[in-house]
Amino acid sequence: MKSLSKHRLAWPVIALAALLLLNQVFRPDFMSLRMQDGHLYGSLIDIMRNGAPTILIALGMTLVIATRGIDLSVGAVVAIAGAASCAYIAASPEPGSPVTAATAVLIAVVAGLALGVWNGFLVSTIGVQPIIATLVLMTAGRGVAQLITGGQIVSVSNDSYKSIGAGYLFTLPISILITAAVFALAAVLTRRTALGTLIEAVGINPVASRLAGLRARNIIWIVYVFSAVCAAIAGLMISSNVTAADANNAGLYIEMDAILAVVIGGTSLAGGRYTLVGTVVGAFIIQTLTTTVYTLGIPPEVTLVFKALVVITVCLLQAPKARNLFTRLKAAPKPAAQEAVKEKVAI
Amino acid sequence: MNEIVPVVEMTDIAIGFPGVKALDGVDFRLFQGEVHALMGENGAGKSTLIKALTGVYTIDSGTVTVLGEPKRFSTPGESQAAGISTVYQEVNLCPNLTVEENVLLGREPRRRGSIDWKGVRSRTREVLAELQLDHIDPGSLLSTHSIAVQQLIAIARSVEINAKVLILDEPTSSLDADEVSQLFRVIRDLRDRGVAILFVSHFLEQVYEISDRMTVLRNGKLVGEYLTRDLSRMSLISKMIGKDLEALAELDQAPARTRASNGAGLTPFVEARGLGRKGSVSNVDLSIYPGEVVGLAGLLGAGRTEIARLFFGADKADEGTIKVKGTGQKIRSPRAAIDKRIGFCSEDRKEEGLIGDLTLRDNLVLAMQASKGWARRIPRRVQDELVAEYIEALDIRPANPDALIRNLSGGNQQKVLLARWLVTHPELLILDEPTRGIDIGAKTQIQKLVNKLAADGMSILFISSELEEVLRVSDRVAVIKDRAMVAEINNDGVSVEDVMTVIAGGAQ
Repeated sequence: MKSLSKHRLAWPVIALAALLLLNQVFRPDFMSLRMQDGHLYGSLIDIMRNGAPTILIALGMTLVIATRGIDLSVGAVVAIAGAASCAYIAASPEPGSPVTAATAVLIAVVAGLALGVWNGFLVSTIGVQPIIATLVLMTAGRGVAQLITGGQIVSVSNDSYKSIGAGYLFTLPISILITAAVFALAAVLTRRTALGTLIEAVGINPVASRLAGLRARNIIWIVYVFSAVCAAIAGLMISSNVTAADANNAGLYIEMDAILAVVIGGTSLAGGRYTLVGTVVGAFIIQTLTTTVYTLGIPPEVTLVFKALVVITVCLLQAPKARNLFTRLKAAPKPAAQEAVKEKVAI
Repeated sequence: MNEIVPVVEMTDIAIGFPGVKALDGVDFRLFQGEVHALMGENGAGKSTLIKALTGVYTIDSGTVTVLGEPKRFSTPGESQAAGISTVYQEVNLCPNLTVEENVLLGREPRRRGSIDWKGVRSRTREVLAELQLDHIDPGSLLSTHSIAVQQLIAIARSVEINAKVLILDEPTSSLDADEVSQLFRVIRDLRDRGVAILFVSHFLEQVYEISDRMTVLRNGKLVGEYLTRDLSRMSLISKMIGKDLEALAELDQAPARTRASNGAGLTPFVEARGLGRKGSVSNVDLSIYPGEVVGLAGLLGAGRTEIARLFFGADKADEGTIKVKGTGQKIRSPRAAIDKRIGFCSEDRKEEGLIGDLTLRDNLVLAMQASKGWARRIPRRVQDELVAEYIEALDIRPANPDALIRNLSGGNQQKVLLARWLVTHPELLILDEPTRGIDIGAKTQIQKLVNKLAADGMSILFISSELEEVLRVSDRVAVIKDRAMVAEINNDGVSVEDVMTVIAGGAQ
C-alpha cells in the first residue's frame, strides 16, 4: 500500500477516480455506456472524444518538456493546420471527395512537420531559449492562419473530412482511435528505441549527455517536430468537428491545457523523467473537470474558480514537500530499528 | 568525559533509499572543542550521515540531540538555526557577491531599515581578523579568490553566526600544501575556542594531523569510535575496509608497472603538435602510443583538464594539429572524438558525468547507446549482460542495475562512469582525476585497472593531483605549468621530487 501511494502516478489516478465518482454520485447514469446505431454513447466516451485534441498535444508537449523545453506554439499550429486543410478543400474543384480530404490531411500534417522543424531549428541550432523560440510562432502563427483563410471563417462540407473529428469506426469515435494510435506510436517510439532514455538524459544533464557523445541537437529536433505534428493532427480534429477553420479561436489557450496536463500527470517542468501515461491521465482530469462543472450545475461564473481549486489540489498532492507533510501526518512512530552491529573500543 | 553533554548526539540513525540502505543503526557523538574525523570508504555512509545532521535528508528512524535537546531536522535551515554550519568541498556561497556580502548574507546590520554598509564592512573585518585572515579584502568579489580562500570565507561566515558545530566535508581535496596548513591553523583556532568540528577527508595524513577522535563507518554501519592517537594507520584502514592486515599488505603493494616499450617505429595513437586554444592552453606537443600510460603532472589550475578537453573535442582547439593514427584530424566535438575511439572521464562527476535521475544501467550504457544512435536500442538482454559483467569486474556496489545513480557513493559512481567508456572499447581513454574523493580500496582498484587496460593495448592519458599516483601508473609524464606543456619525462625511476623540481624549475 505504501509503495503504491508512492508511485508517481498514484495521485493523478486517485484525483481522476475521485472526479469520476463525484459525477457518478450526482448523476447515477454517468458511467453507463449504450449502443445506438452501432455507435457507443455515454459521458465517458464524450470525455475522451472532447479531450482527444488536448491529449494529443499534451503527448507532444511531454517529450518537449522532458528535454527542458516548452512549446507555446501548439495553439497556433492547430490554427494553421485547420486553416490550411479547410482552405484547400474549399478551393478545390471537388470539395466533397475523399481524395480531396486525404490531400487536405496530408497538407496539414506536412505544415505541422515544417513548423516543428522551424521550432527545432531555433532551439537546437540557433540556441534560442525554447519559451522565446516558440513564442515567435505562437504570435506569428495566428497571423499566418489568418492569411490562409483571408481573415474569414472557412466552412467546408466534406463527409470524409468531417469523420476525423465526428465520425465513428468500430463503434468508437475516430478521434479517440487516432489519439490512441498516436499514443501507442509515441510509446513504441520512445520505449522500444533508445529515444526515451536519451530524451531524459538530455533533460536531466545536457552537459554530461554531450560529453557522453549524445547528439542533443537531433533529439531536440525530433521532439519539437513530434509536438508540432501532434498539434497539426489536433487541428484537423478540431476543424473537422465543426467543419470550419477559425484562425482566431481554434486551439486558443490549448497550450496551457496541454502544459497543465503534463504537469498534473507528474512530469516536471524542470525536464528529465517523463510519463506519457501520466500525461493522458492529466488530460482526462482536465476534461473531466469541464464535464463535472456541467454535471454539478455549477454556475458559469464560478467555473474557473472551481477548476483552479481542483488543479491546485492535484499539484499540491504532487509537490514533494506537501507529500512529505502528508506522509508525516500519517506515519506513526516506528519501532526502533534492529540493533546496530558495533565493535567496542578495544585498543 | 562522560558527564559532558555532547554538542551533537545521534543515536541509532537509519536512512534508506530505494535499493540502497545508506545508514543502519549508526551512533555518533560530537563534543565541544574537538576535531572529530568521520572515516570510511566511499559508500560507507559518511555523506549520508552529514546530510542527516544538516537536514538535507530526513532520517527514517533514530534520534538526534543538539546540546541535549532532541531535534528533528527536515530542512538545512532548521539545522543551521540549531547552530550547525557546513562548508562543502564545492563552496556554497555566491560567487557574484563580495566577501562581506557573503559573510553577512541575510544577517546584515541595519540602520533605519536599510543595510548599514559601514557596519557590514567593519563586522566582516572583525571576523576575518579573528581568524587572522586580515589580508582578504572584504569588498572584493568572492569569485576573484581561490577555492581555498573561498572556503576560509565560508568558515568566517560560520564564525559570524556563532556556529557551535562546523562540518567540513572534504575541505582539502582541491587545496595545495600551503593552503591546507592555513586551513588547519584556522581549524585549530576554532577548536580551541570551543567549536565542535566534524572533519571528513580521504587524506589519511591530514586526518592524523588534525583530528582528536574518529568515528569509522562501513557499509552504512558503525564500526566504532576511537581516539586518533590510539589507532594506528593500518588498523584504521583495516577497519575501514573490513579486511585484515595481511590482505591489506597485498593491496598496498604498488601495482608495479611493466613499462611499455614505445619503439620508435610505432605510430602513436594520437599525436598533438602545438595544440592550443585561445585563453586556455598553448603549445601542447604530446604523443601517446598504444599500450602506453601518459601522466599529466602539474599544479591545480595549470591547464591539465583544459588539455584533456582539447583531446576530446569538448573544447575546440584553434591552433596546432592533432593526428589520430598518423592522419591529420580536427576533433570538433566529443561525438567526433568518440567516433575516433577516444573516451573521457571528466573530473567533475556530478556536472559532467552522471545523469543523476537515470539508473545505473542507463548510465553505464549511455555512451555506447549514444554512438549507436537513438533508433538502434541496445537490446535489454545485452544491456543486462554488460552491466552484470562490469558490476562484477569493477566491484560496483550496490550491485543493483536499477538503482538510481545519484544514490550511489562517489567511488561507485566513478566506477560506473569508467565502465561507461570501457564498454565502448576506446583506444584512448582520458582519465581526469579518476581517483579524486574516493577511498583507498577503490583507488587501488582503479590504478590496477589502468595498468591492465594499458597492458591490453589501450592508450591512457592519466591526470591526477597526486604526483605519487601519476608516477605509479604512468610510463611517461608530461609536466604542465602555467597553461603550457613545459617538459616530458620518461618515467624510469623518477621521483616526486624530480617532477617537483621541473615544475618549480622555470619559476622566474
